[in-house]
Amino acid sequence: MEDASIAAAPLEIECSDLEVRFSAHVPVLERLSCKFPAGQIVVLLGRSGCGKSTLLRCVAGLQKPTSGGVRLSAVGGQGHQGRVGVDARPRMSFVFQEATLLPWRSAIENVLLPAELDRGLAGVGRDDARQLAATRLEEVGLEKQEHHKLPRQLSGGMKMRVALARALMNDPDILLLDEPFAALDDILRNRLNELLLQLWSHRPRTILFVTHNISEAIFLSHQIAIMHKGRIGQQWINPLPFPREHRLRSTPEFSHCYGVVSSALESLS
Amino acid sequence: MRDLRRADNGSSLFANRWIVSALPPILVFLLMVCLWQWTVEFWKLKPIVLPSPAAVWKAATEKESVLIKGMLATGAAAGLGLVSSVVIGSILAILFSQFRWLRLSIYPYVIFLQTVPIVAIAPLLIIWSGNNLRTIVIIATIISVFPIIANVTAGLLAIDRNWIDLFRMHGASRWQSLAKLRIPAAIPHLLVGMRISSGLAVIGAIIGEFFVGNATSYDGLGSLMTQWQSQQRTAHLFAALVASTLLGIAFFLIVHLLGRTVFRRWTMAVDLESYDP
Repeated sequence: MEDASIAAAPLEIECSDLEVRFSAHVPVLERLSCKFPAGQIVVLLGRSGCGKSTLLRCVAGLQKPTSGGVRLSAVGGQGHQGRVGVDARPRMSFVFQEATLLPWRSAIENVLLPAELDRGLAGVGRDDARQLAATRLEEVGLEKQEHHKLPRQLSGGMKMRVALARALMNDPDILLLDEPFAALDDILRNRLNELLLQLWSHRPRTILFVTHNISEAIFLSHQIAIMHKGRIGQQWINPLPFPREHRLRSTPEFSHCYGVVSSALESLS
Repeated sequence: MRDLRRADNGSSLFANRWIVSALPPILVFLLMVCLWQWTVEFWKLKPIVLPSPAAVWKAATEKESVLIKGMLATGAAAGLGLVSSVVIGSILAILFSQFRWLRLSIYPYVIFLQTVPIVAIAPLLIIWSGNNLRTIVIIATIISVFPIIANVTAGLLAIDRNWIDLFRMHGASRWQSLAKLRIPAAIPHLLVGMRISSGLAVIGAIIGEFFVGNATSYDGLGSLMTQWQSQQRTAHLFAALVASTLLGIAFFLIVHLLGRTVFRRWTMAVDLESYDP
Protein backbone atom coordinates (compact mmCIF):
# COMPACT_ATOMS: atom_id res chain seq x y z
CA MET A 1 0.00 0.00 0.00
CA GLU A 2 2.81 2.41 0.87
CA ASP A 3 4.80 3.87 -1.97
CA ALA A 4 8.41 2.85 -1.46
CA SER A 5 9.73 6.26 -2.54
CA ILE A 6 7.93 8.06 0.28
CA ALA A 7 8.53 5.42 2.92
CA ALA A 8 9.68 6.82 6.24
CA ALA A 9 13.15 6.09 7.56
CA PRO A 10 13.05 5.86 11.34
CA LEU A 11 14.78 8.93 12.71
CA GLU A 12 16.64 9.39 15.94
CA ILE A 13 16.07 12.58 17.90
CA GLU A 14 19.00 14.09 19.71
CA CYS A 15 18.86 17.27 21.77
CA SER A 16 22.08 18.87 22.92
CA ASP A 17 22.26 21.60 25.56
CA LEU A 18 18.82 22.75 24.58
CA GLU A 19 17.84 25.94 26.33
CA VAL A 20 14.68 28.00 25.96
CA ARG A 21 14.03 31.20 27.90
CA PHE A 22 10.95 33.35 27.52
CA SER A 23 12.20 35.75 30.18
CA ALA A 24 15.70 36.36 31.53
CA HIS A 25 15.19 34.65 34.87
CA VAL A 26 13.43 31.32 34.60
CA PRO A 27 14.39 28.98 31.78
CA VAL A 28 11.60 26.82 30.34
CA LEU A 29 14.20 24.30 29.21
CA GLU A 30 17.57 24.27 30.96
CA ARG A 31 20.61 22.76 29.20
CA LEU A 32 18.61 19.73 28.25
CA SER A 33 20.42 16.89 26.49
CA CYS A 34 18.77 13.65 25.53
CA LYS A 35 18.57 11.00 22.86
CA PHE A 36 15.35 9.34 21.71
CA PRO A 37 15.87 6.14 19.71
CA ALA A 38 14.57 5.78 16.16
CA GLY A 39 11.29 4.03 15.57
CA GLN A 40 10.21 4.03 19.20
CA ILE A 41 7.42 5.65 21.15
CA VAL A 42 8.82 8.03 23.75
CA VAL A 43 6.44 9.65 26.20
CA LEU A 44 7.33 12.97 27.80
CA LEU A 45 5.71 12.87 31.21
CA GLY A 46 5.52 15.63 33.76
CA ARG A 47 3.40 18.18 35.53
CA SER A 48 2.12 21.21 33.69
CA GLY A 49 4.79 23.85 33.27
CA CYS A 50 7.69 21.38 33.31
CA GLY A 51 8.61 22.23 29.70
CA LYS A 52 7.41 19.07 27.97
CA SER A 53 5.31 20.90 25.38
CA THR A 54 8.17 23.34 24.74
CA LEU A 55 10.56 20.44 24.14
CA LEU A 56 8.06 18.99 21.66
CA ARG A 57 7.74 22.34 19.89
CA CYS A 58 11.54 22.60 19.68
CA VAL A 59 11.73 19.21 17.99
CA ALA A 60 8.92 20.29 15.65
CA GLY A 61 10.80 23.46 14.76
CA LEU A 62 7.89 25.58 15.97
CA GLN A 63 9.97 26.95 18.85
CA LYS A 64 13.42 28.34 18.22
CA PRO A 65 15.74 27.41 21.10
CA THR A 66 17.64 30.21 22.85
CA SER A 67 20.73 28.03 22.57
CA GLY A 68 21.58 24.46 21.78
CA GLY A 69 19.98 22.41 19.05
CA VAL A 70 17.97 19.43 17.92
CA ARG A 71 19.46 16.89 15.60
CA LEU A 72 17.34 14.42 13.67
CA SER A 73 19.23 11.62 12.00
CA ALA A 74 18.53 8.37 10.28
CA VAL A 75 20.31 5.45 11.95
CA GLY A 76 23.80 5.37 10.49
CA GLY A 77 22.84 8.03 7.96
CA GLN A 78 23.14 11.73 7.35
CA GLY A 79 21.82 14.10 10.00
CA HIS A 80 19.60 17.13 9.68
CA GLN A 81 21.14 19.91 11.71
CA GLY A 82 18.87 22.68 12.90
CA ARG A 83 16.92 24.48 10.22
CA VAL A 84 17.71 23.09 6.81
CA GLY A 85 16.26 23.49 3.36
CA VAL A 86 12.67 22.43 2.76
CA ASP A 87 13.63 19.54 0.54
CA ALA A 88 16.04 18.07 3.03
CA ARG A 89 13.56 18.49 5.87
CA PRO A 90 12.41 15.27 7.46
CA ARG A 91 8.66 14.79 7.33
CA MET A 92 7.07 15.58 10.66
CA SER A 93 3.49 15.87 11.79
CA PHE A 94 2.07 17.49 14.88
CA VAL A 95 -1.13 16.60 16.68
CA PHE A 96 -2.42 19.35 18.95
CA GLN A 97 -4.41 19.24 22.15
CA GLU A 98 -7.54 20.09 20.22
CA ALA A 99 -8.30 18.45 16.91
CA THR A 100 -7.77 21.84 15.15
CA LEU A 101 -9.72 20.75 12.10
CA LEU A 102 -10.66 23.47 9.64
CA PRO A 103 -14.43 23.75 10.24
CA TRP A 104 -15.28 24.61 6.63
CA ARG A 105 -13.66 21.43 5.32
CA SER A 106 -15.19 17.98 5.51
CA ALA A 107 -13.31 15.20 7.31
CA ILE A 108 -11.66 13.93 4.14
CA GLU A 109 -10.80 17.44 2.96
CA ASN A 110 -9.09 18.06 6.29
CA VAL A 111 -7.03 14.91 5.83
CA LEU A 112 -6.14 16.07 2.32
CA LEU A 113 -4.71 19.37 3.58
CA PRO A 114 -1.10 18.16 4.10
CA ALA A 115 -1.11 16.78 0.55
CA GLU A 116 -2.13 20.21 -0.74
CA LEU A 117 0.56 22.00 1.29
CA ASP A 118 3.54 19.65 1.47
CA ARG A 119 5.91 19.76 -1.45
CA GLY A 120 6.99 16.21 -0.69
CA LEU A 121 3.56 15.04 -1.79
CA ALA A 122 3.27 17.36 -4.77
CA GLY A 123 4.00 14.46 -7.11
CA VAL A 124 0.99 12.51 -5.87
CA GLY A 125 -1.99 13.02 -8.20
CA ARG A 126 -5.27 14.47 -7.01
CA ASP A 127 -7.22 11.23 -7.26
CA ASP A 128 -4.42 9.24 -5.65
CA ALA A 129 -4.28 11.72 -2.79
CA ARG A 130 -8.02 11.43 -2.27
CA GLN A 131 -7.75 7.66 -2.29
CA LEU A 132 -4.91 7.84 0.23
CA ALA A 133 -6.92 10.19 2.46
CA ALA A 134 -9.87 7.78 2.40
CA THR A 135 -7.54 4.94 3.36
CA ARG A 136 -6.11 7.00 6.24
CA LEU A 137 -9.62 7.71 7.52
CA GLU A 138 -10.52 4.04 7.38
CA GLU A 139 -7.34 3.19 9.28
CA VAL A 140 -8.41 5.44 12.15
CA GLY A 141 -11.89 3.93 12.15
CA LEU A 142 -14.08 6.41 10.26
CA GLU A 143 -16.71 4.78 8.13
CA LYS A 144 -17.27 5.87 4.53
CA GLN A 145 -20.44 7.85 5.22
CA GLU A 146 -18.60 9.95 7.78
CA HIS A 147 -15.83 11.02 5.42
CA HIS A 148 -17.87 13.90 4.06
CA LYS A 149 -19.22 15.23 7.34
CA LEU A 150 -18.11 18.61 8.58
CA PRO A 151 -16.13 18.65 11.86
CA ARG A 152 -19.04 20.10 13.81
CA GLN A 153 -21.10 17.06 12.87
CA LEU A 154 -18.51 14.76 14.45
CA SER A 155 -18.06 13.91 18.13
CA GLY A 156 -14.90 14.88 20.02
CA GLY A 157 -13.40 11.40 19.64
CA MET A 158 -14.15 11.32 15.93
CA LYS A 159 -12.56 14.73 15.43
CA MET A 160 -9.40 13.51 17.13
CA ARG A 161 -9.37 10.43 14.87
CA VAL A 162 -9.58 12.73 11.84
CA ALA A 163 -6.70 14.79 13.26
CA LEU A 164 -4.66 11.58 13.57
CA ALA A 165 -5.48 10.62 10.00
CA ARG A 166 -4.39 14.08 8.85
CA ALA A 167 -1.10 13.76 10.75
CA LEU A 168 -0.45 10.42 9.06
CA MET A 169 -1.39 11.67 5.59
CA ASN A 170 2.17 12.66 4.66
CA ASP A 171 3.55 9.43 6.17
CA PRO A 172 5.78 11.30 8.65
CA ASP A 173 9.18 10.10 9.82
CA ILE A 174 8.41 11.62 13.18
CA LEU A 175 4.97 11.99 14.77
CA LEU A 176 4.66 14.55 17.56
CA LEU A 177 1.61 14.58 19.81
CA ASP A 178 0.92 17.25 22.44
CA GLU A 179 -1.58 15.86 24.98
CA PRO A 180 -3.88 14.87 22.12
CA PHE A 181 -6.43 12.93 24.17
CA ALA A 182 -6.44 15.09 27.31
CA ALA A 183 -9.90 16.49 26.63
CA LEU A 184 -11.53 13.09 26.08
CA ASP A 185 -13.14 10.80 28.67
CA ASP A 186 -11.20 7.78 29.97
CA ILE A 187 -12.88 5.13 27.82
CA LEU A 188 -12.36 7.13 24.64
CA ARG A 189 -8.79 7.94 25.64
CA ASN A 190 -8.02 4.23 26.19
CA ARG A 191 -9.51 3.33 22.83
CA LEU A 192 -7.48 5.97 21.03
CA ASN A 193 -4.33 4.82 22.83
CA GLU A 194 -4.96 1.34 21.47
CA LEU A 195 -5.54 2.81 18.01
CA LEU A 196 -2.26 4.71 18.19
CA LEU A 197 -0.35 1.52 19.07
CA GLN A 198 -2.10 -0.30 16.26
CA LEU A 199 -1.09 2.41 13.80
CA TRP A 200 2.48 2.30 15.11
CA SER A 201 2.81 -1.48 14.77
CA HIS A 202 1.38 -1.24 11.27
CA ARG A 203 4.12 1.25 10.43
CA PRO A 204 6.79 1.80 13.11
CA ARG A 205 8.03 5.38 13.28
CA THR A 206 9.49 7.66 15.90
CA ILE A 207 6.72 9.02 18.09
CA LEU A 208 7.06 11.69 20.75
CA PHE A 209 3.97 11.86 22.96
CA VAL A 210 3.37 14.47 25.66
CA THR A 211 1.03 13.68 28.53
CA HIS A 212 0.58 14.15 32.26
CA ASN A 213 -1.41 10.94 32.57
CA ILE A 214 0.78 8.17 34.04
CA SER A 215 -1.35 5.25 32.91
CA GLU A 216 -1.47 6.57 29.34
CA ALA A 217 2.31 7.03 29.42
CA ILE A 218 2.93 3.44 30.53
CA PHE A 219 0.49 1.92 28.08
CA LEU A 220 1.98 3.69 25.05
CA SER A 221 5.70 3.96 25.65
CA HIS A 222 8.91 2.16 24.91
CA GLN A 223 10.43 4.64 27.29
CA ILE A 224 9.26 7.51 29.43
CA ALA A 225 11.22 10.71 29.83
CA ILE A 226 10.14 12.13 33.15
CA MET A 227 10.53 15.89 33.08
CA HIS A 228 10.85 18.36 35.89
CA LYS A 229 11.63 22.08 35.84
CA GLY A 230 12.95 22.18 32.29
CA ARG A 231 15.10 19.07 32.55
CA ILE A 232 14.68 15.38 31.96
CA GLY A 233 14.93 13.91 35.43
CA GLN A 234 14.92 10.28 34.41
CA GLN A 235 14.59 8.19 31.27
CA TRP A 236 12.66 5.09 32.26
CA ILE A 237 12.68 2.04 29.98
CA ASN A 238 9.28 0.39 29.85
CA PRO A 239 9.60 -3.40 30.34
CA LEU A 240 6.08 -4.24 29.19
CA PRO A 241 6.12 -6.29 25.98
CA PHE A 242 4.41 -5.49 22.67
CA PRO A 243 1.80 -6.01 21.29
CA ARG A 244 -0.25 -4.42 24.04
CA GLU A 245 -3.96 -4.77 24.39
CA HIS A 246 -6.68 -3.37 26.54
CA ARG A 247 -6.41 -6.06 29.23
CA LEU A 248 -2.78 -5.15 29.91
CA ARG A 249 -4.07 -2.29 32.02
CA SER A 250 -5.52 -4.67 34.61
CA THR A 251 -2.40 -6.85 35.00
CA PRO A 252 -0.20 -6.73 38.13
CA GLU A 253 2.80 -5.87 35.92
CA PHE A 254 1.04 -2.74 34.75
CA SER A 255 0.19 -1.76 38.33
CA HIS A 256 3.79 -2.33 39.30
CA CYS A 257 5.01 -0.04 36.51
CA TYR A 258 2.45 2.54 37.57
CA GLY A 259 3.87 2.46 41.10
CA VAL A 260 7.46 2.82 39.87
CA VAL A 261 6.71 5.72 37.53
CA SER A 262 4.51 7.61 39.95
CA SER A 263 7.08 7.37 42.74
CA ALA A 264 9.79 8.50 40.29
CA LEU A 265 7.58 11.46 39.40
CA GLU A 266 6.96 12.09 43.09
CA SER A 267 10.64 11.97 44.04
CA LEU A 268 11.46 14.65 41.46
CA SER A 269 9.09 17.20 42.90
CA MET B 1 -34.81 5.68 12.11
CA ARG B 2 -33.02 7.64 14.77
CA ASP B 3 -32.02 10.27 12.26
CA LEU B 4 -35.59 10.61 11.06
CA ARG B 5 -36.86 11.20 14.56
CA ARG B 6 -34.17 13.77 15.13
CA ALA B 7 -35.08 15.61 11.96
CA ASP B 8 -38.73 15.51 12.94
CA ASN B 9 -37.99 16.92 16.37
CA GLY B 10 -35.78 19.49 14.75
CA SER B 11 -38.39 20.79 12.34
CA SER B 12 -41.22 21.00 14.87
CA LEU B 13 -38.81 22.64 17.27
CA PHE B 14 -37.94 25.08 14.52
CA ALA B 15 -41.63 25.81 13.85
CA ASN B 16 -42.23 26.38 17.55
CA ARG B 17 -39.25 28.67 17.82
CA TRP B 18 -40.43 30.59 14.78
CA ILE B 19 -43.87 31.16 16.29
CA VAL B 20 -42.37 32.20 19.61
CA SER B 21 -40.01 34.67 17.99
CA ALA B 22 -42.29 36.03 15.24
CA LEU B 23 -45.68 36.24 16.92
CA PRO B 24 -45.00 38.92 19.57
CA PRO B 25 -43.54 41.49 17.16
CA ILE B 26 -46.43 40.92 14.72
CA LEU B 27 -48.95 41.47 17.51
CA VAL B 28 -47.15 44.65 18.59
CA PHE B 29 -47.19 45.86 14.98
CA LEU B 30 -50.96 45.34 14.64
CA LEU B 31 -51.51 47.02 18.01
CA MET B 32 -49.44 50.03 16.96
CA VAL B 33 -51.35 50.40 13.67
CA CYS B 34 -54.69 50.29 15.53
CA LEU B 35 -53.43 52.82 18.09
CA TRP B 36 -52.22 55.07 15.26
CA GLN B 37 -55.56 54.92 13.44
CA TRP B 38 -57.42 55.60 16.68
CA THR B 39 -55.17 58.56 17.59
CA VAL B 40 -55.68 60.21 14.21
CA GLU B 41 -59.47 59.79 14.39
CA PHE B 42 -59.81 60.73 18.06
CA TRP B 43 -57.72 63.95 17.91
CA LYS B 44 -58.94 64.72 14.38
CA LEU B 45 -55.34 65.29 13.23
CA LYS B 46 -54.80 66.98 9.86
CA PRO B 47 -53.57 64.50 7.23
CA ILE B 48 -50.66 66.85 6.48
CA VAL B 49 -49.38 66.37 10.03
CA LEU B 50 -50.13 62.71 10.52
CA PRO B 51 -52.13 60.74 7.96
CA SER B 52 -53.99 57.68 9.17
CA PRO B 53 -52.71 54.19 8.29
CA ALA B 54 -55.65 53.89 5.94
CA ALA B 55 -54.59 57.08 4.13
CA VAL B 56 -51.02 55.79 3.89
CA TRP B 57 -52.31 52.54 2.46
CA LYS B 58 -54.41 54.49 -0.05
CA ALA B 59 -51.40 56.58 -1.11
CA ALA B 60 -49.27 53.46 -1.41
CA THR B 61 -51.76 51.67 -3.68
CA GLU B 62 -52.28 54.83 -5.70
CA LYS B 63 -48.53 55.18 -6.33
CA GLU B 64 -47.82 51.46 -6.35
CA SER B 65 -45.96 51.29 -9.67
CA VAL B 66 -43.99 54.48 -8.95
CA LEU B 67 -42.97 53.10 -5.55
CA ILE B 68 -41.98 49.71 -6.95
CA LYS B 69 -39.92 51.37 -9.67
CA GLY B 70 -38.39 53.58 -6.97
CA MET B 71 -37.51 50.54 -4.89
CA LEU B 72 -35.90 48.89 -7.90
CA ALA B 73 -33.89 52.02 -8.76
CA THR B 74 -32.71 52.55 -5.20
CA GLY B 75 -32.19 48.82 -4.79
CA ALA B 76 -29.97 48.72 -7.88
CA ALA B 77 -27.88 51.65 -6.65
CA ALA B 78 -27.60 50.20 -3.14
CA GLY B 79 -26.81 46.74 -4.57
CA LEU B 80 -24.03 48.12 -6.75
CA GLY B 81 -22.75 50.06 -3.74
CA LEU B 82 -22.77 46.96 -1.54
CA VAL B 83 -21.01 44.84 -4.18
CA SER B 84 -18.27 47.42 -4.66
CA SER B 85 -17.96 47.74 -0.87
CA VAL B 86 -17.45 43.99 -0.56
CA VAL B 87 -14.90 43.93 -3.40
CA ILE B 88 -12.97 47.06 -2.37
CA GLY B 89 -13.27 46.33 1.36
CA SER B 90 -12.08 42.73 1.02
CA ILE B 91 -9.13 43.67 -1.18
CA LEU B 92 -8.08 46.38 1.28
CA ALA B 93 -8.51 43.97 4.20
CA ILE B 94 -6.33 41.35 2.48
CA LEU B 95 -3.63 43.98 1.85
CA PHE B 96 -3.86 45.11 5.49
CA SER B 97 -3.54 41.53 6.71
CA GLN B 98 -0.51 40.83 4.52
CA PHE B 99 1.49 44.02 5.00
CA ARG B 100 1.92 45.23 8.54
CA TRP B 101 3.43 48.57 7.48
CA LEU B 102 0.42 49.22 5.27
CA ARG B 103 -1.93 48.44 8.13
CA LEU B 104 -0.04 50.70 10.50
CA SER B 105 0.15 53.62 8.08
CA ILE B 106 -3.21 53.47 6.26
CA TYR B 107 -5.67 51.90 8.71
CA PRO B 108 -5.93 55.03 10.89
CA TYR B 109 -7.16 56.92 7.84
CA VAL B 110 -9.75 54.26 7.17
CA ILE B 111 -11.11 54.84 10.67
CA PHE B 112 -10.91 58.58 9.99
CA LEU B 113 -12.99 58.05 6.83
CA GLN B 114 -15.66 56.60 9.08
CA THR B 115 -15.90 59.85 11.04
CA VAL B 116 -16.35 62.12 8.01
CA PRO B 117 -20.08 62.92 7.71
CA ILE B 118 -21.17 61.75 4.28
CA VAL B 119 -23.54 64.71 3.86
CA ALA B 120 -20.45 66.90 3.81
CA ILE B 121 -18.82 64.96 0.97
CA ALA B 122 -21.91 64.46 -1.17
CA PRO B 123 -21.94 67.96 -2.75
CA LEU B 124 -18.26 67.58 -3.63
CA LEU B 125 -18.88 64.19 -5.19
CA ILE B 126 -21.62 65.69 -7.35
CA ILE B 127 -19.17 68.32 -8.62
CA TRP B 128 -16.59 65.63 -9.40
CA SER B 129 -18.77 62.83 -10.66
CA GLY B 130 -21.93 64.60 -11.84
CA ASN B 131 -25.66 64.20 -11.29
CA ASN B 132 -25.82 60.53 -12.11
CA LEU B 133 -26.21 56.98 -10.89
CA ARG B 134 -22.43 56.65 -10.49
CA THR B 135 -22.40 59.34 -7.81
CA ILE B 136 -25.21 57.59 -5.91
CA VAL B 137 -23.29 54.31 -6.04
CA ILE B 138 -20.11 56.01 -4.83
CA ILE B 139 -21.96 57.50 -1.86
CA ALA B 140 -23.54 54.12 -1.03
CA THR B 141 -20.06 52.54 -1.26
CA ILE B 142 -18.34 55.10 0.97
CA ILE B 143 -21.03 54.69 3.62
CA SER B 144 -21.03 50.89 3.59
CA VAL B 145 -17.35 50.00 3.07
CA PHE B 146 -16.08 50.47 6.62
CA PRO B 147 -17.81 47.50 8.31
CA ILE B 148 -16.43 45.25 5.56
CA ILE B 149 -12.84 46.51 5.97
CA ALA B 150 -12.97 46.34 9.77
CA ASN B 151 -14.60 42.91 10.04
CA VAL B 152 -12.64 41.18 7.27
CA THR B 153 -9.32 42.59 8.49
CA ALA B 154 -10.08 41.34 11.99
CA GLY B 155 -11.12 37.95 10.60
CA LEU B 156 -7.95 37.59 8.53
CA LEU B 157 -5.76 38.40 11.51
CA ALA B 158 -7.54 36.53 14.31
CA ILE B 159 -6.35 33.07 13.33
CA ASP B 160 -6.08 30.26 15.88
CA ARG B 161 -2.42 29.83 16.89
CA ASN B 162 -2.64 26.06 16.35
CA TRP B 163 -3.85 26.48 12.78
CA ILE B 164 -0.88 28.70 12.02
CA ASP B 165 1.45 26.08 13.55
CA LEU B 166 -0.28 23.35 11.55
CA PHE B 167 0.33 25.24 8.32
CA ARG B 168 3.94 25.93 9.33
CA MET B 169 4.51 22.23 10.08
CA HIS B 170 3.48 21.38 6.55
CA GLY B 171 5.68 24.08 5.02
CA ALA B 172 2.81 26.20 3.71
CA SER B 173 3.78 29.28 1.74
CA ARG B 174 2.41 32.71 2.59
CA TRP B 175 0.06 32.48 -0.38
CA GLN B 176 -1.21 29.03 0.70
CA SER B 177 -1.83 30.29 4.22
CA LEU B 178 -3.82 33.18 2.80
CA ALA B 179 -5.85 31.14 0.33
CA LYS B 180 -6.44 28.01 2.38
CA LEU B 181 -6.50 29.38 5.92
CA ARG B 182 -6.96 33.14 6.38
CA ILE B 183 -9.56 33.85 3.71
CA PRO B 184 -11.82 30.88 4.52
CA ALA B 185 -11.50 31.65 8.23
CA ALA B 186 -12.59 35.25 7.58
CA ILE B 187 -15.84 34.30 5.81
CA PRO B 188 -18.02 34.50 8.95
CA HIS B 189 -16.56 37.95 9.63
CA LEU B 190 -17.34 39.00 6.05
CA LEU B 191 -20.96 37.91 6.53
CA VAL B 192 -21.23 39.93 9.75
CA GLY B 193 -19.78 42.95 7.94
CA MET B 194 -22.16 42.47 5.00
CA ARG B 195 -25.15 42.29 7.32
CA ILE B 196 -24.29 45.75 8.68
CA SER B 197 -23.24 47.12 5.29
CA SER B 198 -26.41 46.00 3.52
CA GLY B 199 -28.50 48.39 5.62
CA LEU B 200 -25.93 51.16 5.26
CA ALA B 201 -25.83 50.76 1.47
CA VAL B 202 -29.60 51.37 1.28
CA ILE B 203 -29.24 54.45 3.50
CA GLY B 204 -26.33 55.64 1.33
CA ALA B 205 -28.33 55.23 -1.88
CA ILE B 206 -31.27 57.20 -0.48
CA ILE B 207 -28.99 59.99 0.79
CA GLY B 208 -27.30 60.03 -2.62
CA GLU B 209 -30.68 60.43 -4.29
CA PHE B 210 -31.56 63.32 -1.96
CA PHE B 211 -28.59 65.20 -3.40
CA VAL B 212 -28.55 63.97 -6.97
CA GLY B 213 -32.30 64.21 -7.59
CA ASN B 214 -33.94 62.54 -10.56
CA ALA B 215 -30.80 61.39 -12.30
CA THR B 216 -31.77 57.89 -13.29
CA SER B 217 -34.31 56.95 -15.94
CA TYR B 218 -36.91 56.66 -13.20
CA ASP B 219 -36.86 58.14 -9.71
CA GLY B 220 -35.43 56.31 -6.73
CA LEU B 221 -37.07 56.45 -3.33
CA GLY B 222 -34.83 59.32 -2.23
CA SER B 223 -35.83 61.55 -5.14
CA LEU B 224 -39.51 60.60 -4.68
CA MET B 225 -39.20 61.71 -1.06
CA THR B 226 -37.74 65.12 -1.96
CA GLN B 227 -40.51 65.63 -4.55
CA TRP B 228 -43.32 64.67 -2.18
CA GLN B 229 -41.81 66.66 0.64
CA SER B 230 -41.90 69.83 -1.47
CA GLN B 231 -45.55 69.04 -2.36
CA GLN B 232 -46.32 68.38 1.36
CA ARG B 233 -47.80 64.95 0.59
CA THR B 234 -47.31 63.40 4.01
CA ALA B 235 -49.16 60.16 3.31
CA HIS B 236 -46.97 59.56 0.27
CA LEU B 237 -43.85 60.19 2.34
CA PHE B 238 -45.01 57.58 4.81
CA ALA B 239 -45.57 55.16 1.95
CA ALA B 240 -42.03 55.86 0.71
CA LEU B 241 -40.75 55.30 4.25
CA VAL B 242 -42.42 51.90 4.36
CA ALA B 243 -41.01 51.08 0.90
CA SER B 244 -37.44 51.95 1.96
CA THR B 245 -37.85 49.85 5.12
CA LEU B 246 -38.97 46.91 2.99
CA LEU B 247 -35.96 47.45 0.76
CA GLY B 248 -33.65 47.37 3.79
CA ILE B 249 -35.26 44.14 4.98
CA ALA B 250 -34.91 42.63 1.50
CA PHE B 251 -31.19 43.42 1.51
CA PHE B 252 -30.76 41.90 4.94
CA LEU B 253 -32.57 38.74 3.81
CA ILE B 254 -30.44 38.46 0.66
CA VAL B 255 -27.26 38.56 2.75
CA HIS B 256 -28.77 36.05 5.18
CA LEU B 257 -29.68 33.78 2.26
CA LEU B 258 -26.14 34.06 0.91
CA GLY B 259 -24.92 32.67 4.23
CA ARG B 260 -27.40 29.80 4.01
CA THR B 261 -26.51 28.83 0.44
CA VAL B 262 -23.08 29.80 -0.91
CA PHE B 263 -21.47 29.93 2.54
CA ARG B 264 -23.53 27.13 4.07
CA ARG B 265 -20.42 25.37 5.36
CA TRP B 266 -19.64 28.36 7.54
CA THR B 267 -23.12 28.93 8.91
CA MET B 268 -24.66 25.50 9.38
CA ALA B 269 -27.54 25.24 11.83
CA VAL B 270 -26.59 25.51 15.47
CA ASP B 271 -28.46 22.38 16.52
CA LEU B 272 -26.03 20.30 14.47
CA GLU B 273 -23.21 21.62 16.58
CA SER B 274 -24.44 19.79 19.66
CA TYR B 275 -24.78 16.59 17.63
CA ASP B 276 -23.32 13.78 19.67
CA PRO B 277 -23.61 10.17 18.51
